[in-house]
Amino acid sequence: MSLLTLENVHSYYGRIHALKGISIEINQGEIVTLIGANGAGKSTTLRTISGILHPKQGRVLLKEQDISHMEPHNIVAAGIGHVPEGRGIFPNLTVKENMEIGAFTLNDNAEIARRMDHAVTLFPRLKERISQKGGTLSGGEQQMLAIARGLMLQPSVLMLDEPSMGLAPVLVELIFDIIKQLNEQGTTILLVEQNALMALSIAHRGYVLQTGEIVISDTAANLKQNETVQHAYLGVE
Amino acid sequence: MKRFSETINVRELLRPIGQMIAFSLGGGAVLSLVVVLLALLLDQTAVGQNLQARYSVSLVTYTLANLPQVLIDGLTIGFVYAAIALGYTMVYGVLEFINFAHSEIFAVGAFVGVEILIALKNAGILSAASLGVAYLILLLALLAGMTASGFLAVAVERIAYRPLRGAPRLVPLISAIGVSFFLQDIIRLVESLTTGQFNRIIPTFGNFDERLIFGQLPLGATTVVLGVQIKSLIVILVAVIMLVGLNYLVNATKIGKAIRAVAQDRPTASLMGIDVNRIISITFLIGGTLGGAAGVLYALKFTRIDPFVGFFPGLKAFTAAVLGGIGNLTGALLGGIVLGLLETFAGAFMSAFTMGAAGAEYKDIFAFGILILVLIFRPNGLMGENVSQKA
Ligand SMILES: Nc1ncnc2c1ncn2[C@@H]1O[C@H](COP(=O)(O)OP(=O)(O)OP(=O)(O)O)[C@@H](O)[C@H]1O
Ligand SMILES: [Mg+2]
Repeated sequence: MSLLTLENVHSYYGRIHALKGISIEINQGEIVTLIGANGAGKSTTLRTISGILHPKQGRVLLKEQDISHMEPHNIVAAGIGHVPEGRGIFPNLTVKENMEIGAFTLNDNAEIARRMDHAVTLFPRLKERISQKGGTLSGGEQQMLAIARGLMLQPSVLMLDEPSMGLAPVLVELIFDIIKQLNEQGTTILLVEQNALMALSIAHRGYVLQTGEIVISDTAANLKQNETVQHAYLGVE
Repeated sequence: MKRFSETINVRELLRPIGQMIAFSLGGGAVLSLVVVLLALLLDQTAVGQNLQARYSVSLVTYTLANLPQVLIDGLTIGFVYAAIALGYTMVYGVLEFINFAHSEIFAVGAFVGVEILIALKNAGILSAASLGVAYLILLLALLAGMTASGFLAVAVERIAYRPLRGAPRLVPLISAIGVSFFLQDIIRLVESLTTGQFNRIIPTFGNFDERLIFGQLPLGATTVVLGVQIKSLIVILVAVIMLVGLNYLVNATKIGKAIRAVAQDRPTASLMGIDVNRIISITFLIGGTLGGAAGVLYALKFTRIDPFVGFFPGLKAFTAAVLGGIGNLTGALLGGIVLGLLETFAGAFMSAFTMGAAGAEYKDIFAFGILILVLIFRPNGLMGENVSQKA
């Protein structure tokens, strides 16, 4: 049985029909990636799961529970974390406060401190900047902070929207290592990445989105070999 | 065991106190200096002679003699403005919306507090009260006003603003103006049905009207009595405690962090597991509570209230919030104190300095003239920026 299921989901921005009946299944312990051109609906899919958007039609299920109409904070409490596109750092909170607020649903201060220590060992740069305002960090540092903040929650499903955006190659690798590690420790991952090749190299399975519809769904290994995918998303001639 | 300073963020308690002292002393000193210099300059001119002829006192003596009382009065009303201004600024910081009904939330607080005191008076409890009990009763009236206004503000948001959250900005603004009229009429209706009149006077009890005298200053022919009315001290003290508490809540607690996060980025805040609607309700609760307390304090200081009692203090406090930089908590504090001092100085000295041409009734023109000047040079107000920012 799948952990997170989208059944024929339709989402709209006003009158713009952004998701046109997509179905996705993510099993416990998997890394699943969404691939698609700009504007295909990848971020919209994540927003629909995390409750920022509610589907007009279709359902989102966490195990057997219908979460389609739950509010985002309840979905977070149910164990789904979302590191949004464009980082979403609170510019006037300090780095430390940004991280603390990532664990807002947690009340155990000692545990919050422990997680924060862990997160800053992964990104030592954040430790140097710990009392600086989030808005004064460089783009790449903000991206690190966004991921570190996402880790604070320790959700059972972590959704990452373009986590490597704006990062130097070394850091991109670090992020992918972290994702793999998290997954090995039991976190289920839904990954959206511009860098489709890297995403497919750590994912178990993937879905290809095109203008709001799923056109291909397969294992990561097969997707890498798929000619259409190679052509359109992997830059293979 | 944790050290005290680790569990309680002492810095966040001391910082606002320091700011209030700085703003009060700074504002008071600047304005005092200006009027004293003006008095010295004009003493020998027609202005001074005019005053001499009217009251047979020199302009300098007149100015110095009035100064202590003017400072106290200015600070008293300034702190009331600051407490109301924080309600406007909190809500603006989180929703970017001016809650025009806040002046009536203030008025409801005043009425609830005063009605409770009147009821206690009619029951004979007030006159029998010892001094300690009198203070307890005042505290009770304050808490009642705060509770009523706090919950009213939450209800108003829930009923009149939340359904309009996605609508264009003007729509909730109109709704707020509607709520404002509605509440005014409700107060009028309730008061006329239950008491047959609109005006209520706060009963005299305790020692609140007495003056504490610190000393006397001989000044030429006259002596200046240095004293302060006990109720002015109470107003300032209560306001200071509330302002420090609010500052601590916003800057040093988990709820405060959530309020600031919601103010900065609502969707992302919800992705952190923050219940955005609950935080917005809490924001209105805090603003309303402060407004209600300000209402009771205002009634204590100025004794008479009517259903329109919120209009001018509300407008002034809104002005104070804008003057300080709307959305900025420290700004509201600064704006309130500065505006309170400015208008009290204007009210006290304009007549003397204009040879009676422009009396105290023109004080608002003067105060608002200054406001416009400030805003021309600092369009974002004295402190700029907004609530989301840690002060
Ligand atoms: N807030 C919005 N209001 C209106 N339309 C939107 C909004 N956000 C996204 N859209 C539209 O919905 C469609 C899907 O957008 P989405 O952000 O999901 O794309 P994406 O696959 O994440 O693209 P990218 O790779 O560029 O991030 C696009 O056509 C976009 O224009
Ligand atoms: Mg996107």
